[in-house]
Amino acid sequence: MAPQLVIDTLTLHFGGVTALSGVYQEVNPGDILAVIGPNGAGKTSLLNCISGLYRPSAGRIVFEDREITNLPPHRRAQLGIGRTFQNIELFKHMTVLENLMLGRHIHMSQGLVSGGFYWGRARREEEVHRRRVEEIIDFLEIESIRHKAVGTLAYGLQKRVELGRALALEPRLLLLDEPMAGMNLEEKEDMARFILDVAEEWGTTLILIEHDMGVVMDISDQVAVLDFGRKIAEGTPEEVQKNPLVVKAYLGKQ
Amino acid sequence: MQEGTLPKLLVRNAARYGEKVALREKEFGVWQPVTWVEYLGHVRRFALGLASLGFSRGDKVAIIGDNRPEWVYSELAAQALGGVAVGIYQDSLPREITHIIDHCDARIVVVEDQEQVDKLLEIKSEIPKVEKIIYYDPKGMKNYRDLLLLSFEEAEAQGEKFEDRNPAYFNRTVEEGRGGDVAIIAYTSGTTGLPKGAVLSHDNLLAMAQNLLEVDPLEPGDEFLSFLPLAWVGEQMMSISAALWSGMTVNYPEEPETVQANLKEIGPRVLFSPPRIWEDMVSKVQVRLDEAGWFKRRVSRAFIPVGYRVADCQFEGKKPGAGLRALYFLGDLVVFSAIKDHLGLVNLKRAYTGGAALGPDVFRFFHALGVNLKQIYGQTEIAGISVTHRDGDIKFNTVGRPIPETEIRISEDGEILSQGPSVFLGYYKNEEATREALKDGWLHSGDAGYLDDGGHLVVIDRLKDVMRLTDGTIFSPQFLENKMKFSPFIKEAVALGRDRPYVVAMINIEMGNVGMWAERNQIPYTTYVDLTQKPRVLELIVGEIRKANGDVPEAIRVKKFVVLHKELDADDEELTRTRKVRRGFISEKYRVLVEGLYGAAHEIPIETEVKYRDGRQVTLKTSLRVVPVANAEVKA
Repeated sequence: MAPQLVIDTLTLHFGGVTALSGVYQEVNPGDILAVIGPNGAGKTSLLNCISGLYRPSAGRIVFEDREITNLPPHRRAQLGIGRTFQNIELFKHMTVLENLMLGRHIHMSQGLVSGGFYWGRARREEEVHRRRVEEIIDFLEIESIRHKAVGTLAYGLQKRVELGRALALEPRLLLLDEPMAGMNLEEKEDMARFILDVAEEWGTTLILIEHDMGVVMDISDQVAVLDFGRKIAEGTPEEVQKNPLVVKAYLGKQ
Repeated sequence: MQEGTLPKLLVRNAARYGEKVALREKEFGVWQPVTWVEYLGHVRRFALGLASLGFSRGDKVAIIGDNRPEWVYSELAAQALGGVAVGIYQDSLPREITHIIDHCDARIVVVEDQEQVDKLLEIKSEIPKVEKIIYYDPKGMKNYRDLLLLSFEEAEAQGEKFEDRNPAYFNRTVEEGRGGDVAIIAYTSGTTGLPKGAVLSHDNLLAMAQNLLEVDPLEPGDEFLSFLPLAWVGEQMMSISAALWSGMTVNYPEEPETVQANLKEIGPRVLFSPPRIWEDMVSKVQVRLDEAGWFKRRVSRAFIPVGYRVADCQFEGKKPGAGLRALYFLGDLVVFSAIKDHLGLVNLKRAYTGGAALGPDVFRFFHALGVNLKQIYGQTEIAGISVTHRDGDIKFNTVGRPIPETEIRISEDGEILSQGPSVFLGYYKNEEATREALKDGWLHSGDAGYLDDGGHLVVIDRLKDVMRLTDGTIFSPQFLENKMKFSPFIKEAVALGRDRPYVVAMINIEMGNVGMWAERNQIPYTTYVDLTQKPRVLELIVGEIRKANGDVPEAIRVKKFVVLHKELDADDEELTRTRKVRRGFISEKYRVLVEGLYGAAHEIPIETEVKYRDGRQVTLKTSLRVVPVANAEVKA
């Protein structure tokens, strides 16, 4: 199977600081890849390189046989790469529904004028998108908060809405930056199930950064371990768990 | 009775009402209608799907899930083949589910989704009689390979194939159905021990529907919202028996969490809920009014007493004077209809409460708003209803008069007995319990009560729950609890006092309202536990209990209480599935608290085990303050 995404010896410098150094990683379609590592290991930098927020200093990124290293973020979104952020990035004063509809905007073709009049094509298009958004609402079980302003929701629910916003884009590759940070156990379990269902039912490839090792071991197919900008290990969760380098990076030298 | 069985009624309705809307379900944000013809189509296909799996006369299908059309299709499909439907509460623990499925000999289990499939696969070895598990929400089920599993859609498809080979099969089996056939086995949630399965025939259910609708007619086009567990006989009564009898439209909410919003969208003509729901509505209204601007508050405060005066006139059977009527008209215009609209009660012809006692204050409140709220009294064993109020003859301290064909009698030791065509056939595989319930041909309710001068039935409490203090004073803990629960800040109350010198209580605060109150009063708190023990919160609750004590005889006032550090929960067996407090269990479990309340302690340290739904247990440690109530001094 050809990999869907190839991260080819990526290096990223910030002035004198090396955030990523020669990272190589392949991701197969439909897989869940967890990126783990201590604080400052370069996990978010890696995600930012894939989504286009950062330009790597060296190396290339190939998505579905197409080099995207120098494409701006919105072009990558159009190609099918979606993401969520470590800190929730939603419009707090808008409702859940409006936030999700916004997530559809790259699929909308009607311009300002026809959209403003809300006639014919524009209206039909809106209905198609609304249907798709309603499927996501159903999928994430957030019917009861459909019309609530995002800012009034509990943190765990906001995270869920953010996932919904990313899903509204219908990405083929979804990047999740700490989707379960700050959640209680029950919320984490719910989120883990949604992530598994996204991969299973929609065949979406997922790359996620996560600190909860229990979750990582439970849901990921592959794990990549970063330490000081270098990839020090990769493999199935079981393999990585036993790797002495990984143990050392986490526990420090004896 | 002409039709004989529920499926025959469905066939009749499909012929009579055809393309009219029978059911509606909100999905993807839109109300999706199902006509009577489509309704019958689903039932036929699913029934034949069951037939192709070898399901036949007398077999049982167990159903677990939220209220959806598929739930009802499954029930009627089983009955169309001469089979029996057994509803199971969707939040039951695995242990309870195992017991019911195994005890009722279900060959097929219909479930909603992955969550329940997982639950059942876990207990697979303990339910060996089950041959198929059919689920109707395929989400997350893609990679399940267990041979026990089948999707609802596949089952219907198999049914279609079966129909090609046996085109007359469905009509024949429906025709063969008799009124005396068993229709459902309703497992009662039971305040003690394992649930018992009450066996009800089609005749039982249809006689109930006929007699209820004779008192309170419904017609095609009337809307009903079905949001209480279909495993509960009260929901069976309205959304299956009465709906099929009358041809009204039944609506299924989008999710359990959206019920309030859906209620407003549908504006049903009739509603049947246990007291909890009505109590919730009252607290919500009270909080909303407290938070409204001063103008709205002033206006509503001015008119609500007018509502009460009109309601009281009606309770006493008097006609309110012209001036009062004019005021009420105005009040309805500016206040009452707005509140009713907000709650989704604006189209109501009538509403019922049943399943437990509703506090008189709540009752008066709804009548003040102009909601025609009536009591229903009955047991699962009599298909849910034997007694109800008649329009214009409502007394809030009674539950009304028997419905047609039904007789009520009070036994020598004060127990309510009933007789009629809806009295059940017995408990499934439990002759001893059946004999006890049906002594001398009368259904023994286990409730204490009496008939008043107007022939109205007054229910005091469960016979075994009527309690005596050490000095012999009789009191009903439930009555006191309802008084306390009228406060928007009190969610649950447990009154205790059997063989004790005075009455004490354990209180659950209503987290939402108390939390909001604390925020408004700038009382910082961290957790639920912390909030419950804040001195100012305790002060607030003392005030509420003093109010509740107000019109109660001195001897049985609540004298001391503690605010519990955790919510009473059905998962911890502190409440039944229908949210009644299990007083015996609670006073045993919190024995330390009870002893403390009758001692001189000011503070009681306590440890509690909390069970999560996934089976984990944690221990909570804290200490609770004992609060004396001032208008009920403890005599030295």
